[in-house]
Amino acid sequence: MSTLQVAEELEEPEPTELEDERKRGRRYTGYVLIIPGLLWLAVFFLIPFYSLVATSLYDPAGTVFSGYEMTWEWSNYTTAITENWQPLVRSFVFGGLATIFCLLLGYPLAYAIAFKAGRWKNLMLVLVIAPFFTSFLIRTISWQLILADNGFVVDTLQTLHILGPDGRLLNTPIAVVTGLTYNFLPFMVLPLYASLERIDHRLIEAAGDLYASPIRGFAKVTLPLSMPGVVAGTLLTFIPAAGDFINAELLGRPSDSMIGNVIQQYFGGGNNYPDAAALSIVLMALILVMVIFYVRRAGTEDLV
Amino acid sequence: MSAITRPRRWLSDKLILLIGLLVLAYTFVPIAVVVLMSFNNPAARLTYQFDGFTLHNWANPCEPEGMCSALKVSIEIGLLATLGATILGTLMAFALVRHRFAGRSTTNLVIFLPMATPEIVMGSSLLALFVGTGFSGDLGFWTILIAHIMFCLSFVVVTVKARLTGLDSRLEQAAMDLYANEWQTFWRVTFPLVFPGILGAALLAFSLSFDDFIVTNLNAGNEVTFPMFVWGSAQREIPMQINVVGTSMFLIAVLIVLAATFGPRRRGARAAG
Repeated sequence: MSTLQVAEELEEPEPTELEDERKRGRRYTGYVLIIPGLLWLAVFFLIPFYSLVATSLYDPAGTVFSGYEMTWEWSNYTTAITENWQPLVRSFVFGGLATIFCLLLGYPLAYAIAFKAGRWKNLMLVLVIAPFFTSFLIRTISWQLILADNGFVVDTLQTLHILGPDGRLLNTPIAVVTGLTYNFLPFMVLPLYASLERIDHRLIEAAGDLYASPIRGFAKVTLPLSMPGVVAGTLLTFIPAAGDFINAELLGRPSDSMIGNVIQQYFGGGNNYPDAAALSIVLMALILVMVIFYVRRAGTEDLV
Repeated sequence: MSAITRPRRWLSDKLILLIGLLVLAYTFVPIAVVVLMSFNNPAARLTYQFDGFTLHNWANPCEPEGMCSALKVSIEIGLLATLGATILGTLMAFALVRHRFAGRSTTNLVIFLPMATPEIVMGSSLLALFVGTGFSGDLGFWTILIAHIMFCLSFVVVTVKARLTGLDSRLEQAAMDLYANEWQTFWRVTFPLVFPGILGAALLAFSLSFDDFIVTNLNAGNEVTFPMFVWGSAQREIPMQINVVGTSMFLIAVLIVLAATFGPRRRGARAAG
């Protein structure tokens, strides 16, 4: 036998019976570990979507208490969209604006933490997350105070003549977008930071060595390399923002309502479960379509 | 470097840091308002103004009717949901990182989807499930708990997975070289190393559960959690004690996270030094 064959045989001895059994047991460990959680998600996340579709096809004339009749009311979808296309559009506009602002505010912050923070990195990360341990609702209510008509912010803006003397911020779309931007900022900052942190600094140095100015180096090296983070951040921000109704309710007028408000009303006071379900599905479908196009254009596949 | 470019370089170097710090400061403005308002005189009906400094709110935190019972419900659900989600999620993370099984990419998709679904859609579909299966009269504590475990799972998996993939497998190999069997290796080497990730995931799960409103509101029936109480009072009159709770939550969370971040490091430094 050649030395190679001898070496191979020495490295991988024939498995004994005991090892065979252990390997067989080990093969199933993965399934044992994954099944409980997966089952929970399947029952309480995937199956409900089926229930949602079913509910959206009920006859809206019923109520929760008297029960609904399954009448395959596809017209629920058409009525839902024709009656509520304005909140739908508004949701995507507000959500989109909030996402853009989050990107504008969040990128410098993430960049600062990843590249300029040095030994304060961990502390700054904690500080980014810290405000968001306070209740979402309480923070949004604070914005009511900050943007109030006789509050500091409005007064300053009126003095600077940015706002007219009758101008207000609260109960306007501006307030809603401000609230949305604020509430979803960490969802933008954290993926951006994770992506920026992974960039090999030597690549940026190399750009500098090749006579690129700092700005060019950023545009040609850092920015493209941080794209996975940008995509993840924008998705994690836009999707919940478009479906939110808390900011619109607390900071806006009824005419500023987003699709989330409508769905909530249909479920709550309206008791109109089928229409609410149809609207939810429309929202989800629109978001999915947008996400697929967006991710395909951005060209990144690993988001998790 | 000439005398002009040096200060300019310094400024452009620090500019990003300054902008970042400004954004960071901006995120704390509402918190400052919350803390400030917790000392606001509750006699003020118009809650948009600061009327007078008082410690009354801190001295009588449970004064508003229904607030403390709502708080209790939120804490109970939070603890149970954290327990459930952390256990299930940690198991899943181990399976994903350390074991082989079929359907891995499907599993990853199913785990990722709840994080990418708007809460109103998740809440609606769960409500549709409960109503469709005849539980519409039983909405309450347990339906809320089920919903919370569901959406916390994904976050736990992602957090523990991140910690687990960063683990140097040579440490476990070294343990096995020193005659530890698989159980001993797990409990004495692997688990202590993953534990910070599990703890972080648990903390994340608790704050997600405690703070949740949209999904909870749709599936709560007659049960009232703290966010639901805040929402209800936002329609009427907001008791200042809400800001007391908000401030306390903030302080507790910051303390925990700071302790977790800076505590072990000191121990490590002492061991190394």
